Amino acid sequence: MTRAALLVLADGRFPAGGHAHSGGAEQAVAAGRITDAAGLAAYCRGRLHTAGLTSAALAAAACAGADPLRLDEAADARTPSPALRATARRLGRQLLRAARAAWPAAELDALAGARPRGVHQPVILGVAARAAGLGPADASYAAVYEAVSGPATATVRLLGLDPFEATAVLARLAPELDDVAARATTAGVRAAAGGRTDVDVLPAAGAPLLDIAAEEHAVRTARLFAS
Amino acid sequence: MHLDHSETTAPQHHTSGAPARRVLGPPAPAGRATRRRALRVGLGGPVGSGKTATVAALCRLLHDELSLAVVTNDIYTREDAEFLLREAVLPPERITAVETGACPHTAIRDDISANVEAVEELEAAVGPLDVVLVESGGDNLTATFSRGLADAQLFVIDVAGGDDIPRKGGPGVTTADLLVVNKTDLAPYVGSDLARMARDARAQRGGKPVVFTSLAQEGGVRPVADWLRERVASWRAA
Ligand SMILES: Nc1nc2c(ncn2[C@@H]2O[C@H](COP(=O)(O)OP(=O)(O)OP(=O)(O)O)[C@@H](O)[C@H]2O)c(=O)[nH]1
Ligand SMILES: [Mg+2]
Repeated sequence: MTRAALLVLADGRFPAGGHAHSGGAEQAVAAGRITDAAGLAAYCRGRLHTAGLTSAALAAAACAGADPLRLDEAADARTPSPALRATARRLGRQLLRAARAAWPAAELDALAGARPRGVHQPVILGVAARAAGLGPADASYAAVYEAVSGPATATVRLLGLDPFEATAVLARLAPELDDVAARATTAGVRAAAGGRTDVDVLPAAGAPLLDIAAEEHAVRTARLFAS
Repeated sequence: MHLDHSETTAPQHHTSGAPARRVLGPPAPAGRATRRRALRVGLGGPVGSGKTATVAALCRLLHDELSLAVVTNDIYTREDAEFLLREAVLPPERITAVETGACPHTAIRDDISANVEAVEELEAAVGPLDVVLVESGGDNLTATFSRGLADAQLFVIDVAGGDDIPRKGGPGVTTADLLVVNKTDLAPYVGSDLARMARDARAQRGGKPVVFTSLAQEGGVRPVADWLRERVASWRAA
């Protein structure tokens, strides 16, 4: 296993489509819920402990060898917003494309064949981490970091927020990222224990406002970000 | 290496140089197995130079002779896609919009995944296609398409943006396979010197073609259409 592969996978420039998504931040900015660095920090904290935790556990479970198609169903059940389900599958397809180029693996090819319309992105993230020789904890880290880094970079573009301040927000969240990643890893490894797939032990933390805002965002006529 | 993507794949197989790998998945539709995928042509250039107008005019002129589809990269609306739909230059299922997160050049160069998806979806849904036109969101003079996305690219500038743009150069002007200098009908009103633009462009581009167009005039897109036909012919022959 190579730990450095995690840097490649979690790099914001990894060409898997993330740059066009704000993680809900565009709608939160439009609604006045994020206006400054403090608002960004609060938003990121909320997303981390809800959608971030749920995603990271799915990623860890996939990396630990749970059945990705069962996990995809579990992700559907944990994503009430149709717009977010569509986004997750689209980003899953884009990540799968990049991952197959970066870490060719039969498992990734099989997933592309089994679900041409896409699998939820966190599940692909886990299988990609596995193909890269990484472990469940690494997959969790990539997922929790993505949960907060997406909104942070988007807010820099949307509000002209000082990029040093936005980065400091992320740095201050690091201990919480550790904590959430650890919980997600424990759940994900349990879900895959004994060569079975037990999706019921995976967290199902959700944030109704993220779901509602995603639906509002999806019908806006003018927007910079796809989600 | 240019076989239809439904038979062989490997992300960006046409640039990787790696042997094409078979994928699990549905077999290629009958009769398409040996057909090449469509030629992918990128259109870049500054805001308002006439990219969408060029796409619309090409579709109107060529839709009887070539099977075409379009991907637009609007910056914050779906206006370009909607314009093309409203003008009915192609049936709606042949036009797709991609969102670019405030960075149009990222979507055509650094992270092409959404655009490649869109192109492949069009080929799967309405293919076989001869040409997919990918219009970039209006950007700056450094925006160029990745070779992983576009097989050929044209850069559209206009005479009203200043007749010193060819002299300034930049990756779009110097490296595009075709430079289009549009809106020549406006030259007298904005004091642009077309001869100077032609001279500067030639000097910057080392023999690569430059055409001058006025899409305000009937058939004004013809020089671009002729170039495209040649590209399609060599794509088929290669
Ligand atoms: N006079 C004149 N106007 C033109 C010509 N070509 C395009 N236009 C007009 O210029 C405006 C911008 O054209 P578009 O085709 O939308 O430009 P674009 O490059 O797609 O713009 P963005 O996508 O916003 O970057 C429209 O109002 C067109 O009708 C031309 O040759 N002459
Ligand atoms: Mg346009």
